[in-house]
Amino acid sequence: MLEFINENIQLIYLIILMIFVGIELIGHVPSVLHTPLMSGANAIHGVVIIGSIIVMGQADHLVSLILGFFAVVLGTLNVVGGFVVTDRMLEMFKKKK
Amino acid sequence: MSYILQIIYLVASVTFIIGLKFLGNPATARKGNLIAAFGMVLAIFGTIFLYRTETGEHLHNLGFIFGALIVGTGIGWVVAKKVQMTAMPEMVSLFNGMGGACAMLISVIEFRHLSDTNLSLVAAGHLLTIVLGLIIGSVSFAGSIIAWGKLSGNVKDKSLGMQQLINIGLLAVILVLSGLMILGDGTYTIQLFYAVFILSLLYGILFVLPIGGADMPVVISLLNSFTGVAAACGGFLYDNKVMLVGGILVGSAGTLLTIVMCKAMNRSLLNVLIGNFGGGATGEAATSSSFAGSIKEVTASDAAILMKYAKKVIIVPGYGLAVAQAQHIVHDLELLLESEGVEVKYAIHPVAGRMPGHMNVLLAESNVSYDKLVEMEEVNPEFATTDVVLVVGANDVVNPAAKTDPNSPIYGMPILDVENAANVIVNKRSMKAGYAGIENELFYKPKTSMLFGDAKKALTQLVSEIKALG
Repeated sequence: MLEFINENIQLIYLIILMIFVGIELIGHVPSVLHTPLMSGANAIHGVVIIGSIIVMGQADHLVSLILGFFAVVLGTLNVVGGFVVTDRMLEMFKKKK
Repeated sequence: MSYILQIIYLVASVTFIIGLKFLGNPATARKGNLIAAFGMVLAIFGTIFLYRTETGEHLHNLGFIFGALIVGTGIGWVVAKKVQMTAMPEMVSLFNGMGGACAMLISVIEFRHLSDTNLSLVAAGHLLTIVLGLIIGSVSFAGSIIAWGKLSGNVKDKSLGMQQLINIGLLAVILVLSGLMILGDGTYTIQLFYAVFILSLLYGILFVLPIGGADMPVVISLLNSFTGVAAACGGFLYDNKVMLVGGILVGSAGTLLTIVMCKAMNRSLLNVLIGNFGGGATGEAATSSSFAGSIKEVTASDAAILMKYAKKVIIVPGYGLAVAQAQHIVHDLELLLESEGVEVKYAIHPVAGRMPGHMNVLLAESNVSYDKLVEMEEVNPEFATTDVVLVVGANDVVNPAAKTDPNSPIYGMPILDVENAANVIVNKRSMKAGYAGIENELFYKPKTSMLFGDAKKALTQLVSEIKALG
């Protein structure tokens, strides 16, 4: 246990700092922006696609290859769909004067 | 790993933070989204071309990777561009589910990879990360799909008897099995892994199934942060900082956003999760039909006269407006009334529609000016000086029971005080109860009149009647 923490101490620091950054970032957001914000955050966790690319790039069995292919497709859907939907929502908040 | 890739990951991490920061302000939100998207593209291509495995090899199967990227981009782009603005909430849920499924599959593949070697030699921490990614990813995936089904009307609210007990029991079983698997001697590791996998999917389904549809936005936001944590597990697994930063950011920001949303409804997260919204309302439905008075119907032409000669009209939009796609016609109505010298505003309840901010997005689509949308706290004192309130397809957010009836399932939720206005016109398709499944006393008040019909049709009629008045 202690060994595990020691080995990953950098990552653990990063996790704790990011928790605080995340909370600070969302602190005072008007409710108008909740939906786009959720949608934008949804697109950002699409970063999971990096993992699927790494897995895919090392796959050597057929099954791994097929599962990896699906993982990359799903991750891409999350990223592309997420950012495009968010952009469409925000497009409507253009200033009109 | 190449130094350049590390720097790319650093830049991408910063774009995520700046992007999220910018998303919190209406003026910079769109730019923020694009900045984060740019960082994501950078990270993806950096990984494909620069990533080196532990043995220093480049990634293989580039053809398959690009194939998958092209397929995903094609489908994602078309779906996201085509979806109606009204269907946004379920779309977000669906994309969230895809991310969860991606994290889940990564864990499955990594585990299959491990199971080729001697499982008893695998470090417990390594296995723990894989299993956490599997559990959270599966719950997020299955839950999001159910939430999507509910919002699109394909899945109904269902509650097994003793649902909470079953859920808690299931969660306990999942945790015990995972513990056995990680700490065990490796004999049954494979069987335990797949058992945990299947039970997690089941848990995701049972977790969302009994939660009332009106609470879906909160659930989606929660599942969103789950997926973030699942992505972070992947980051831990590959010692990949950009995944860790992106995942944890969304995990923590998403959790806070979930709590903020709950607060907007004056409920605690726990209450939403175990509240069983639909179930509690049945007991009181029997008493609610005994409201004094009866409902009064109004024709479009009478409503037109009332509104044309009013000084001040406040429009309260709800989900009915979204369903009927009436956002453009309601803007026409607003312009027409203003040309007649009537002051027109929109009262936006924080949870009107199916998501916080849903109404703002819809009305912004039809070019309603931003400053005409007034939030609840600001608009509530104004109702007293308002001649006509036009409620378009909203119900629970104007239900006085939230203030007067302690037995009501929505008791305590802040509402729009429309009953303070001189006249209330309610446009609804029928007398059917709102999302919370409860009667609304407002409809029976003497100053309330009902304008039945599909929001778009009713408003179109209203506009032509006002025009006909000359």
